[in-house]
Amino acid sequence: MLEIKDLHASIDGTEILKGINLTINPGEVHAIMGPNGAGKSTLSAVLAGNEGYEVTQGTITFEGEDLLEMAVEDRARAGLLMGFQYPVEIPGVKNVYLLKAALNAQREARGEGEIPAPEFMKLVREKLAYMKMDNSFLQRAVNEGFSGGEKKRNEILQMLVLQPKLALLDEIDSGLDIDAMKVVSQGVNSLRSEDRSILMVTHYQRLLNHIEPDVVHILMDGRVVKSGDKTLATEVEDRGYDWLTEGSVA
Amino acid sequence: MASEEMEQLVRREYTQGFVTDIESDTAPPGLNEDTIAFISKKKEEPQWMLDWRLEAFEQWKKMSEPDWSHLDYPPIDYQAISYFSAPKKPEDRPQSLDEVDPKLLETYEKLGIPLHERAALAGVAVDAVFDSVSVTTTFKDKLAEAGVIFCSISEAIREHPELVKQYLGTVVSRGDNFFAALNSAVFTDGSFVYVPEGVECPMELSTYFRINAANTGQFERTLIICDKQAQVSYLEGCTAPQRDENQLHAAVVELVALDDAYIKYSTVQNWYPGDEDGKGGIYNFVTKRGDCRGDRSKISWTQVETGSAITWKYPSCLLRGDDSVGEFYSVAVTNGRQQADTGTKMIHIGKNTKSTIVSKGIAAGKSDQAYRGLVKILPRAENARNFTQCDSLLIGDQCGAHTFPYQEISNSKSMVEHEATTSKIGEDQLFYCQSRGINEEDAVNMIVNGFCKDVFQELPMEFAVEAEALLSVTLEGSVG
Repeated sequence: MLEIKDLHASIDGTEILKGINLTINPGEVHAIMGPNGAGKSTLSAVLAGNEGYEVTQGTITFEGEDLLEMAVEDRARAGLLMGFQYPVEIPGVKNVYLLKAALNAQREARGEGEIPAPEFMKLVREKLAYMKMDNSFLQRAVNEGFSGGEKKRNEILQMLVLQPKLALLDEIDSGLDIDAMKVVSQGVNSLRSEDRSILMVTHYQRLLNHIEPDVVHILMDGRVVKSGDKTLATEVEDRGYDWLTEGSVA
Repeated sequence: MASEEMEQLVRREYTQGFVTDIESDTAPPGLNEDTIAFISKKKEEPQWMLDWRLEAFEQWKKMSEPDWSHLDYPPIDYQAISYFSAPKKPEDRPQSLDEVDPKLLETYEKLGIPLHERAALAGVAVDAVFDSVSVTTTFKDKLAEAGVIFCSISEAIREHPELVKQYLGTVVSRGDNFFAALNSAVFTDGSFVYVPEGVECPMELSTYFRINAANTGQFERTLIICDKQAQVSYLEGCTAPQRDENQLHAAVVELVALDDAYIKYSTVQNWYPGDEDGKGGIYNFVTKRGDCRGDRSKISWTQVETGSAITWKYPSCLLRGDDSVGEFYSVAVTNGRQQADTGTKMIHIGKNTKSTIVSKGIAAGKSDQAYRGLVKILPRAENARNFTQCDSLLIGDQCGAHTFPYQEISNSKSMVEHEATTSKIGEDQLFYCQSRGINEEDAVNMIVNGFCKDVFQELPMEFAVEAEALLSVTLEGSVG
């Protein structure tokens, strides 16, 4: 599904990612943890195609294609979808309109026609109900005046409608109370399937109680310093990050 | 006095009669009393109309072109313009669509303009290929039944002189400004509407169809009168880019609303903006003003301005009647090398008068635009209220947007609010849309349409849909 090899990236000339290697197979759920400044957000941004970051070395292959050569919208159309930590507000643009435009753009890329309106509404209403969101969400402007929890639910709603091959979740748990966390993780868990992968970036082990990862990677100073199963997350929660770098060769 | 002598001399020339051959269909370039008499004669106007025009011309001669706007264009030689020309002869026009700028055709395609209208809009010599006569007739019958008069201004001068005499020039006086004076002297075309007392006009009035709008004149004159408790919604212009041989357009629109009357005036303006360097584009210098003459009357302006090389336009409201309401909703889009200086004036005269201004400016490419608005509250206008919101959106880093709000408040029991923002189209908003699979151009359109929503929802339904399509075509290629 996704293969990252020796990825180096910098922002404004400062190197943040210093050689990341990571392979995600279909059906797997991976979590990336790490302290502040480790490069977690940079990794998400590079995967999504944010132009503010410069990839100086290495490759990213997604479904056999060179991801770094793909435009932002083409990545989404190919099935890589990013759930943002801070989804942006777009005044005047209805949520339903964005959803429909996004879905149709993907269908067009796959050579399918536009989704008929009744079919679309049926699909969206079903997913809304799943995310415990009111129908009025559709008529509100994208993220405008949404609470933190509403914004995150909205991100997952988009995932449920767009059905990506690889869902990239950047700090999807930040700013969520326990009820919202349950709804959001239920939504993410419903995405789990044999041919879909999920990559979560998070600060806290808490999220991983709700969405159990197959693999946990610890990212420190721009490198993956350790990978393991979900117990690694618990260990980090107990012992912190420092022991991972003690005595290791830089 | 030298100037008096000059005037006498000019007068004398006039009394000598026409030097222009009245058999000809086109007046030679230049502007003098003879030209005006020629126009008046062509239009079969009564003497009083000719006199009215000549007085306007006298005033115009004493005026100078305004230079306070935020616009930059070469000086216009008013003596080099032909003030009356019959439609071009078929043999002088493009003979088929093959001879027309392919870019223009592409735009028609994108706007979904029906095939049979494209040729006419592009000025190709074709016979009208669709039967508009029967539609027009049904239309006229229905209006006549309601007692609504809707005809060309020339016809109104001949058929309804009492109404024209009573109202023409009472909202925009002949000496109001340089362009209005010029228009008063030489106007050749335009619409006239009279809605009698208590009548709600049974349909939205447009300058007929796109096809007819393509031949509107260079100096249009529109007069709309809504009698007591009457209502009308008038649509002007069309979304299809219109070409015109005449570079200078100076229209005057006057609206009069009596007690409890409501006039809604919507414009979609898309004159040819010129080529990439702005060459050949239309200069659009318009004076539009509504007079809420009666108590509880209401006038609402909604405009979508996307065309022209240069736009100079401030649809305004005189809120004379107590409890009268004025509204101005505007979207102005400039791209390429277009320039626009536009806005509104709300003059509060009566008590409890209310006005709302919502202006959305979008500048892309190397274009430049200014919002210029005046809110004036006179001493008698107790409890007057104004709300102004004025937002600008910049696309790219070579365009400019400026805001010039003026407020003159002479009544302490009034309230004026002003909000203004200027923002660049958000990189993060674009990125968000693109990361959902939406391409950059569609994303820009989506964001810009969202930005304009407050204004679009004021447009009549079918216009709103066209306006959205128009915006996307206008902004095409403005990113990336």
